[in-house]
Amino acid sequence: MNLVLIAEQTLNGLQLGITLFLIAAGLTLVFGIMNLVNLAHGALYMVGAYFCTYFFQQTGSWPLAVVLALAGSMLVGAVTEVVALRTLYERDHLDQVLATFGLILFFNELVAMLWGRAAIFSTVPDYLSGHVQITEQLRYPLYRLVIIGVGLSVALLLWWLVARTRLGMLIRAGASNRTMVAALGINIRLLYTVVFSFGAALAGLAGLLVGPIYSVQPGMGELILIQVFVVIVIGGIGSIRGAFAGALIVGMVDTLGRAFLKPTLATVLSAPAADAAGPALASMLIYLLMAVVLAFRPAGLFPAVR
Amino acid sequence: MNASLRNWVLVGLLLLLAAVPPLAAWLNQPFYLDLLRRVMIFAIAATSLNLILGYGGMVSFGHAAYLGIGAYAVGVLSYYGINNGWLQWGVAIGASALVALAIGAVSVRTSGIYFIMITLAFTQMLYYLGLSIEEYGGDDGMRLASRSQFSGLVDLGDPASFYYVVLAILALFLYLTARLVGSRFGRALQAARTNEARTRAIGLSPYPYRLVAFVISGAMCGLAGALLVNHTAFLTPEFMNWTRSGELMFMVILGGIATASGPLLGAAGLLLLEDLLQGWELLPKAVTEHWQLYLGITLVLVVLFAKRGLAGLIPGRHE
Repeated sequence: MNLVLIAEQTLNGLQLGITLFLIAAGLTLVFGIMNLVNLAHGALYMVGAYFCTYFFQQTGSWPLAVVLALAGSMLVGAVTEVVALRTLYERDHLDQVLATFGLILFFNELVAMLWGRAAIFSTVPDYLSGHVQITEQLRYPLYRLVIIGVGLSVALLLWWLVARTRLGMLIRAGASNRTMVAALGINIRLLYTVVFSFGAALAGLAGLLVGPIYSVQPGMGELILIQVFVVIVIGGIGSIRGAFAGALIVGMVDTLGRAFLKPTLATVLSAPAADAAGPALASMLIYLLMAVVLAFRPAGLFPAVR
Repeated sequence: MNASLRNWVLVGLLLLLAAVPPLAAWLNQPFYLDLLRRVMIFAIAATSLNLILGYGGMVSFGHAAYLGIGAYAVGVLSYYGINNGWLQWGVAIGASALVALAIGAVSVRTSGIYFIMITLAFTQMLYYLGLSIEEYGGDDGMRLASRSQFSGLVDLGDPASFYYVVLAILALFLYLTARLVGSRFGRALQAARTNEARTRAIGLSPYPYRLVAFVISGAMCGLAGALLVNHTAFLTPEFMNWTRSGELMFMVILGGIATASGPLLGAAGLLLLEDLLQGWELLPKAVTEHWQLYLGITLVLVVLFAKRGLAGLIPGRHE
C-alpha cells in the first residue's frame, strides 16, 4: 500500500461517486417533486450508453454522438413519463415499484432486440484516450479525469439551475406544495415532464460517459441503480445536496473498500481468511453503511425540507 | 355472495391441484407436475409475503432473502453430508426467522420508501455474501448432492410424492395464514396498516405486531426456499436476486393483495404466463425469443388497470 496507489484509488472513487451522482440527481428530483419511486431510472442510463456508442460508430464524431445521445435519452424519458409514469404519481409506492419494475424488463429486452444480448464494444475518441502524468509516479487515464471534470461541472450547473433560475424556483416550489404551484397558474404536468426528461438526460449522460469503462449490455442499469438507491437513501431522499454527498461517500467507500479491505484484513487475519472475507465484506460495505446511517439518521444525512 | 365463496374457490383450486399427479401420469406429461410444483413453492413464498405486504402494509422489496436462506440451509448442510430433512428444514425455518428478526428489528422502524430500500439493501447484502463464498459454489452455484431425506417416510426423489408434500405445506400455510389474519393479532396488524394513529390511540403499539409478522413471514418463506432448492436440486445465489423479490411482489399484486387465494392465483398466473411466453409453439418466434418484453408490458398494464388482481374476478364482497 503506497501513496500512489491510494491517490489512484481515491480518484477512481471520485469518478464512481460522480457517476452515481449524475444518476442520483435525477432520481432524487423525481422522487422529491413527483413522489415517484422510479426503478426504471437505470434503464435511461443504459439507453444513454447505447445511443452514444451507436451514434459514435455511425457518425465517427464523439461530440455529435454525445449530443444525439443526450437528446435521445431525454426523448425516451419524456415519452416514458407521458405514456406510463404520469398515471403513477397518485398511486402508492408499491404500484410504482411494480410498474417501473415492468418497465425495466421492457427496456432491457428492447435493447437486447435492437443490439443483442452480448456487451457491445464502446470506445473513447483517440484524443481522450491515453494517460496524464499527474505527479512523477502517478499516471492517470485522461478519460476518467474528463468524467470527473464533466460531472463536477454538471453538479455546479445543477446547483445554479435549481437555486438561481426561474425553472429552479418552480422545481423547488413544486417539491414543497404542488397544489399551490398549480393554483398559481403553472402548468404542473408540463413541469413534471420537463423535470423527468431532465433527470433522464442526466442519467443518459452518466451512461454515455462510463460506457467505455464498464460494459455496455442489457441490464447494466440495474447493477448501478441499486447503488444509486443506497446513495439517495444515505443522502436523504429528495435532496440534491444529499445526493451529492451520498454519491461521493458511496463511491469512495465502495472503491477503497474493494481495493484496501483485503490487504488491511490480512494484517489481522490469516491470509486465506482475509482472501475469503475481504471481497465478501467489500461488496457488502455500502449496504452496511446504509443500515448504520438509517439506524442513526432515519431520514438520511441531508433530509429534504418538506 | 360473500367471503365463503372465495374460500370455496380456494379449496376447489387445491383439490384440482391434488388431482394433477394421476392426470399427468395418465396423459404421460410429467412436465406439468414439475411446473405446478414450482408454482406451489412460489405460492408458499407469496403467501408469506402477502402476510406482511397485504395484511401488514409493509412493502418488503427483499423477500427473496429468505428463499435464499432456506435454500442455503439445505444446501450447506447437505454439502457437509447432513441430509436429514427434519433437521435441514428446521434449520431453514429457524435461520430465516433469525435473519428476519435481525433485518426486521432495524427496518420495521422505518416506513414508506425507506422501508422498501432498506429491505432491498439487506437482501443485496446477503446476495453478495452468497456470490462471494466460493466454498458453496460462489456465483456458479452448487449441485445439491442429495435431496432432503425423511427416514424413509417420504421420498422427495419421487416427483409425485414431492408434489404432494409441497401441496400439503401450501394448504397448511394458507390455513395458518387465514387463522392468523382472523385472530386478534391479525386484526391488530391490519389496524396498524389502515390507520396507525388510531391504532396507537386505542393503546396498541404497531411495532411488535409488525416485527412478529415480519419474522413469521420470513420463517414461512425460508421453508419455501428449502423446497425450492430440493425442486431445482441446485443451489445458487440467484435465489436472492432482487428481481426475484420483485417477482414475489408481483405475484401478490397479480393474484389480489390481502386475499387468501391471491398468492396462489398470482404465482400460477405469473409462472404460467412466463412459461407460455417462452415456449408456446403457437406464438411467433419473435415473441418467444423476447418474452420478457411482453412480460414487462403485462406487468405495467396489470398494475395500472387491474388493481384487485385475479382474486378480484371471483364474485363476492370485496374489502
